[in-house]
Formats: sequence, C-alpha cells, structure tokens
Amino acid sequence: MLPASFNAASFNAAVPMLCAGAGGLVVMLAESWRRKGERMPLGVLAFIALAATAVSLLFLWGRNQTSFGVITADNFGVFVSLIIVTAGLFTVAFSSQVLERDGIAEGEYYTLLLFAVVGMVMMAMANDLLVLFIGLEVMSLAVYVMTGIRRDSLAGIEGAFKYFLLGAFASAFFLYGIAFTFGVTGSTRLDRVGSFLAAQSMTENPMVLLAMGLLIVGFAFKVSAVPFHMWTPDAYEGAPAVVTGFMSTGVKAAAFAGFVRVFLAAFEPFKADWAPALMVIAAATMIVGTVVGVAQSHLKRMLAYSSIAHGGYLLVGLVAANQLGKAAILFYLAGYAITNLAAFGAIALLGSRESARDGLHDYAGLWHSRPWVAGLLTVALLSLGGLPPTVGFIGKWYVFTAAVSAGYYGLAIIGVLSSVISVFFYMRVVVMMYMTDTSAASSPVPVAGAGLAALAVAVAAIFYLGILPTRLLDLAAASIGSIF
Amino acid sequence: MLTLLVVLPVLGALLLMGVPNADGRKDGLVRWLALGVSVVMFGLTLLLWSRFDPSAEGYQFVQRVPWIPAFGISYAVGIDGISLMLVVLSGFLTPIALLSSWESVQKHVKSFSIFILLLEAAMIGVFLSLDLFLFYIFWDAMLIPMYFLIGIWGYDQRVYAAVKFMLYTMAGSVLMLVAILGMAYLHSVATGSYTFDIEKLALLEVAPRTQFWFFLAFALAFAIKVPLFPFHTWLPDAHVQAPTAGSVLLAGVLLKMGTYGLVRFAFPLFPAAAAYFAPFIAVLAIIGIVYGALVAMVQPDMKKLVAYSSVSHLGFVVLGICAMNVQGMQGAVYQMLAHGISTGGLFLVVGMLSDRRHTRLISEFGGLKGVMPKLTAGFLLLTLASIGLPGMNGFVGEFLIMFGAFKADPRYVIVAGLGVILSAVYMLWMFQRVYYGPVTHEENRTLPDLSVREWAALVPLVALAIFMGVAPNVFLKPTEGAVRSVVERLDMVRTERVQRDVRPDVLPLTSGNDAPVRARAEGR
Repeated sequence: MLPASFNAASFNAAVPMLCAGAGGLVVMLAESWRRKGERMPLGVLAFIALAATAVSLLFLWGRNQTSFGVITADNFGVFVSLIIVTAGLFTVAFSSQVLERDGIAEGEYYTLLLFAVVGMVMMAMANDLLVLFIGLEVMSLAVYVMTGIRRDSLAGIEGAFKYFLLGAFASAFFLYGIAFTFGVTGSTRLDRVGSFLAAQSMTENPMVLLAMGLLIVGFAFKVSAVPFHMWTPDAYEGAPAVVTGFMSTGVKAAAFAGFVRVFLAAFEPFKADWAPALMVIAAATMIVGTVVGVAQSHLKRMLAYSSIAHGGYLLVGLVAANQLGKAAILFYLAGYAITNLAAFGAIALLGSRESARDGLHDYAGLWHSRPWVAGLLTVALLSLGGLPPTVGFIGKWYVFTAAVSAGYYGLAIIGVLSSVISVFFYMRVVVMMYMTDTSAASSPVPVAGAGLAALAVAVAAIFYLGILPTRLLDLAAASIGSIF
Repeated sequence: MLTLLVVLPVLGALLLMGVPNADGRKDGLVRWLALGVSVVMFGLTLLLWSRFDPSAEGYQFVQRVPWIPAFGISYAVGIDGISLMLVVLSGFLTPIALLSSWESVQKHVKSFSIFILLLEAAMIGVFLSLDLFLFYIFWDAMLIPMYFLIGIWGYDQRVYAAVKFMLYTMAGSVLMLVAILGMAYLHSVATGSYTFDIEKLALLEVAPRTQFWFFLAFALAFAIKVPLFPFHTWLPDAHVQAPTAGSVLLAGVLLKMGTYGLVRFAFPLFPAAAAYFAPFIAVLAIIGIVYGALVAMVQPDMKKLVAYSSVSHLGFVVLGICAMNVQGMQGAVYQMLAHGISTGGLFLVVGMLSDRRHTRLISEFGGLKGVMPKLTAGFLLLTLASIGLPGMNGFVGEFLIMFGAFKADPRYVIVAGLGVILSAVYMLWMFQRVYYGPVTHEENRTLPDLSVREWAALVPLVALAIFMGVAPNVFLKPTEGAVRSVVERLDMVRTERVQRDVRPDVLPLTSGNDAPVRARAEGR
C-alpha cells in the first residue's frame, strides 16, 4: 500500500541517481545490441548521463528535497554529489583514449562507472543507515570489478581480490554496527537515531560504544584510514590509472559524506567518546601515509599513500567537528578531487598498452619530451603537496584553521609536518621530470585531445580555486548550514 | 602602484611563455624581454621611492581588497621604510641576476627567465604584504621558482641542494602557519571576527604563554631562512649548487626575508616573548658570526666561502635586531641592504670566474691580477665592502649594529667584534690566494677580462657599495620612522614589565593570564 503523500514529487531527491542509473542501463543495453566491430560512442553516452545528473543536482541546490524520508537532497548531499559527478565526468574524459589503448571493454567499463556513481550519490544523500549501506555496496561492487577490469593484468586482479575480500569484511563490520544502532535506538533513520541519542547522551551505554566502534571500522576502511588502509596501495597500483583516479576521489568523497552524516549528525551527542579514537586514527593516518609514501618508487603506489595521508587531513576536519571543520571537509574534498583526478589523468594518458609507465623512472626527463603534460602534472603535484597558490594549499589551510579553532593544536602540527614530508616525495617526481636526463627508449605516446583538454581544465580549476577560493568556500559553508 | 609591482613580473612571465622557443632559436629575444621587464620593474621601484614620504607614519600606498571575507583575509599591501628598501633591492638585483646568466645559462633559457621573473614577483610580494595569509602565500610560492632554479640550472649536486632547501624552508614555515592560524583564531575569540591583517593583529593582547609558543613558531621559520646558527646547514649547499643568478638572489634577497620577518612580524606581534627570547637569539647570532667566519676561513671553494660569510654577516643583522633599539635595528636594516649588494656582487664575480674555468676552487687560481685587472679591481672593492672598511657600505651597518648591541649588552660586542676581524682575515686571504702571486695554472694566463655585459652587471653593484658607504643617510632616512615605531612598541612592553615588577625570566612560562589556551588544552 502506498502512503497517501506518494506522488511524482516524492522522487525529486532521487532524480540524480535515476539519471545516472538510467544512463548505466542504456550503456549496458547499447553494448549488448552492438554488432561485432561496430564502434559506438559509449563514452559520449556516459558523459551525457553524468551531465544530466549534474544538471539535476544543480536544480536540487537549496531546495532541501526529501524522498521517502530516507534520501535527502540537502545542500550537503548535493555538494558532495557534485564532487562525485565531477570526478565521473573527468574520468570519462580521460577514459576514451585509455580504454581503446588498453583494450578494456567499453560497455562494461562505463556501465560500472555509472552504477558506482549511483551508489556514491546514494551514500552522499542517505538519511538512513540501511540506504547508506546499500549505496556503499552498490558503489563497492562496481569499484571492485573496475579495479580488476584489465583481465590480463595480474596486479590488477590481485588488487581487486584483496580489495574485495577486505571490503566484504569491512561491510560486515558496518552492517553489525547498524544492527547494534538499531538495537539501541529502535531505528535506522539518522534523524531519529540522532534525537534518540541526544535524549540520553548522559547515560553510559556500552551498546552505543560498540555500535560506534563498528561503524568507525566500516568507514575507516572505505576512507582507507590507518590501520584499515592495507588494501589501498595494492588496489590503487593494480587498477588502471583512470580507475584509480576515480576510486581515490569518488569513493573517498562518498565515504566521507556518510562519515560526516553519521558521526556529526546522528552520533554528535557522543562526540566525547568517538573524538579521541578518531583523533588517534587521523594522526596515524597522516603519519603513516606520508612516511611510507617516501619509500615508494612506483608513482601510483606513492599516490596511493598520498591519498591515505589526504584522508588523514580530512579526518582532522572531522575531529574538529565545528562549523569550520565540516565546511573544510567539503572544500578539501572538492579541491582534492580535482587535484587527484588531474594527477592520475596525466599518469593514465602517459601510459601505453605494453606498460603502464608508472614507475618513477619512467618519468625521467618527461619535461624534455612532453613539456605541457609535465607542467600540468607538476601543478597537480604541487597542489597535492599543499603549496600556494593552488587549491591544495587553501584546503589544508582551511582544515588546519578548523583544527586550531577547535583547540587541536597537536593535530594541526602533525598535519603540517607530515605535509612537509609529503612534499618530499611529490618533489621526487618533479626531480625526475625536470632534473634527470631522459630515460632511454621512451617513445612518446600520442595524447588525445579530450584527455589533454580535461587535464588543462583541471589545472585551471586548481589555480582558480587556489587564488579565488571565496565562492567555493561560501558554497561549502552554505552546504553545512542547512543540516547540522 | 604596489599591485603593479607584483603583477608586472607575472605578466612578463606569461608573455615569455607565449614566445615560441622550442628549439632555442629565440633565446636572444627571450633574454632581452626578461631583462626589459626587470629593468622596468627596477624603474618602478625607484619611482616608488621617489614618491615615498619618509616623514609619514605607518604604511603608505596601502591597498586593501577583500579576498576571502569570511575569514577576514584581504589582499592588503603597503610599504614602510623597511620594506621600501628591500623592494628596491629586489628590483635592483633581478636585472643583475639576469645579466649574470646571459652566457652561463644556455639550456632552457625561456623557462629560466620565467622562473626568475616569477621569483621576483614572489619576493616583492613578501615585502609588500600586510596580511599574514597573503604573506604566507608569497613566502611559500617563492620556494617553487627557487627550487627549479637550483634544481635545473645548478651544479652537480643540484637536486640534493634543491630538495634540502625546499624541505628546510617548508619545515620551518608550516609551524608558522599554525601560529598564524592561531593568531587569527585568538582574534576571533577576542573580537568575534577572523582577521589576518597585521595592523589589527598587532593590537591584540596575546597572553604571554601563547606569545611564547607563537613567537617560537615564527622565529623558527625566519631563523631557518636567515639562516641563524644552527639552522644554517641548507645554505652552503643551496648557494654552492645554485646557478650564479640563483646565488645572487638567494644571498641578496631571500635571506633578507628571514630578517625582515623578524623585524616586521615576530618581534612586533609578540613583544613580550621577543623581549624574553632576544638574548638567546642574540647569543645564537654571535655564535653564527664567529662560527660562520671560522668555517669560511678553511673553505677551499670560493662560493662556499662566500656562502659561509653570509652566515656570519646575517648574524650581525640578527644581533642588531635583538638589540631592540633604534641604532641596532637601523643598522640591521642597513646591513641587509649592504649585504645584498656586496655579497650579491661577490657571488657574481665568483660566478664569472667559474664560467671561465668551470671550477671554483681557490687552489685552481692565483695571480689573476695580471691577467684580468678589471675583474680584480671589482672583486677587491666588493671584498672591502664586505669586510666593512670605513667608507664602504659594510662599515655603516656593522658600526650601527655594534653601537646598538653595546647599548643592549657590551658583552655582545666583544665577541662579535672578533667576527669583524675574522671576516677581514678570510676575505683578504682568499683575495690574496686568488689574485696575487704567480700564475700557477697555465690555462689561467689566457682568461679574458670583463666583457661589456659583465661590466653592466658589476659596475652598478660596486658603485652602490661605495655610494652607500659615503652617503648612508640616503638609505637610513626612509627606514628611520618604521624602525622607530617597531622599537617603541617593544619598549612599551619592557617598561610595562618594569612597572609591574615582574621578573622577565619567569614571565612567559608561569603567568596566569593564559586562560584560552590552557582551557582548550585541558578540554582536549
């Protein structure tokens, strides 16, 4: 039986997901009707579907729509979803050349990409722990397969398998956490959980602590926080670089959105209990991510550790838990997404079918052979390292402002010091590109227009947001104003 | 006006980026364009000086545009006498740096010129900023071009030196970033709004304990940059490996950013902590003076010798700042300029020698006086300026610093005076070994003397070194007002303390007036 209030408007908040999902289905069907040898513009289809998703998200901005009480398109959800869709759009732009070069089946790839976007958007907008879980699984299953989509690549299959096994394990933890939460509060709806917990925040309830612990494990796995980061280097290294770019930004954004919703809204009353745990995790994540990153000689693996470290900075914003911190997470996610997409996009464009060319030495003398790509990659790396005038600096500054204003001077100091260490390993790549003579026999690969254009757009955005961040800062602040 | 000074080099760099020069055929055009931009810049800085009113109080040519209003960050630039002098110095040394690399830099001339111009924009931006956020951006942005200049166009160990330079500077500056954020936060606690404006932050009453930590964070960043003993180890590497243009700018301008930061930010923002720490910093500075001089004496490499002499000279500057009186500080500012001219010039000449012989070892030379008399004359004058011969620029600064330091504590001067003597020893000894005596290496007999281009680079430096020595007032006058206001601010705190009869050595650690910080520390 349908509730009385059911009508077409009830779907409003779900429209973005439906757009992306429908796109995924169309791509899948088109692929299955394709005759052998026929070329289909599947990439363009996927791009259109994502663009439609983005447009529907823009329509939802500021309207605070809710569908069925469990999906809520508040500004926070819309903001994160836009980051996710942007990541998808960039990934599609980088993909066309890479898929053809590496012989990856287009239909499957774009379908999985779109379904992953559906899952991520669902996570970003979920107002119910179970919906959050469904989104998590939709996203994760798609991403597991994308990690191993190059069937001839052993590293890819190994990474995908590790990711899948550990991910399934973490999902179980997460589900357990939901069960305990339900057991204590009698609901899985985040708003009800929040009001229930707020009413009895004074009482010590071990079940709540258990539930929070389990949920933290689940989220920490998805944002690859130490000590749940073990899968990250293998999966990031094994996956094709375009997929890694998408994973490291989209998955992280979606998981942080869920993290923020669950811990800064529903479990906010128990902040005194979870904040110390997350503080330790954040510190460990920043330190391990950067220190281990220094020892890597493989660019993708190095960026995997760097993305672990960036997860740590984001956690700092979460621990700070004030208005600044929440807005800082959003801004940082946006800046980090653009930057990381540019970095992995450049890596993807430089590879060839025979070798991914992602060892550090493959970049020797890149500046001499391809000055523009080297320059764009340098900007992305400087932004990851947090040097002005790039968006990476503004993001770090914002997060650490939040930490300082919440009194977490220690975390801020660990953060800035580890970002100095991280500069060291980003600089190793720059040294390779600019200050080393060309490695032998690296015949330049032709780089397609779409990929290069996307790279240029990303780099322009890095500078724009680094020099004139006010607009995005205001939007981020407005996004969190509505709910928390 | 001031914005133009930052924007023009960037525009110049963009213009150069547009010049198609993949095969290096248009190197000449690129060099002239870059030189043209930098000469126009120098002209603008001189114009700025001519319009500057030395008698007015506070900052001049101030321009404020809201930038990130939510955090009270604005694009705020302005100058007082201290920054004016350093801006002019930057504008003066950049064309000389470009001239010095006319022949020694042959690969990637376009990128080289672009990086020099970007460096100039960032350097000038550092001196103009009146907003801590803006200042930090320029401060860090300046690292990027310098990193590439050392790393691409440097000598054999360039990559190591470039990375070391970058990491050292960043490690210091990020802690300053935390302190900057802390200041903005304290301002928001006190007044309800964030601000990074140094004039507003200067009005803030910061609890002594907080001042203690924030001052340490600021001072560490600047001490590394200066570099103050024992944070100086990046300097010999960076200087020796950098191309001549890099060394000239590094010694001439970049090191001054550290001392400028002490005068402009660390001391006035945290006067109580500054008063507490000044003696310790002064002791480090004196150690640096003597240590730098002693190490310089035994260097076989001319460039390294000049690099260590910088450690020694910058020790004087810091000593002058720590004297915290008008004479000491004015001497410090003057010595910054003098060191920029004379040491920049010394690096230039060493670079010329190394261009000719591809070695910088003192033992490879000898008897050059007969071979290249003009270069010898230039080097001699710069040497004399560097060791502080009366009538040359080095003397005025050192004299004022000693005078100021004597007023603060006579013991400082006794040891620091040793540094003056030692500097004469190592500089003249090097001069003697390189230029006098018989020609020991046959290939040195045919070395060409100064070319027209080298004249153009060297003569302004030498002329200025003498001019600054005989007419110091031209350069002292503009800085007087600015220095006086800094000193007055510091004095105010000291007299207050005397009135309150608080023992200075226990003040920062045990004052009870540090509620915000302590409360938060416990709440964690």
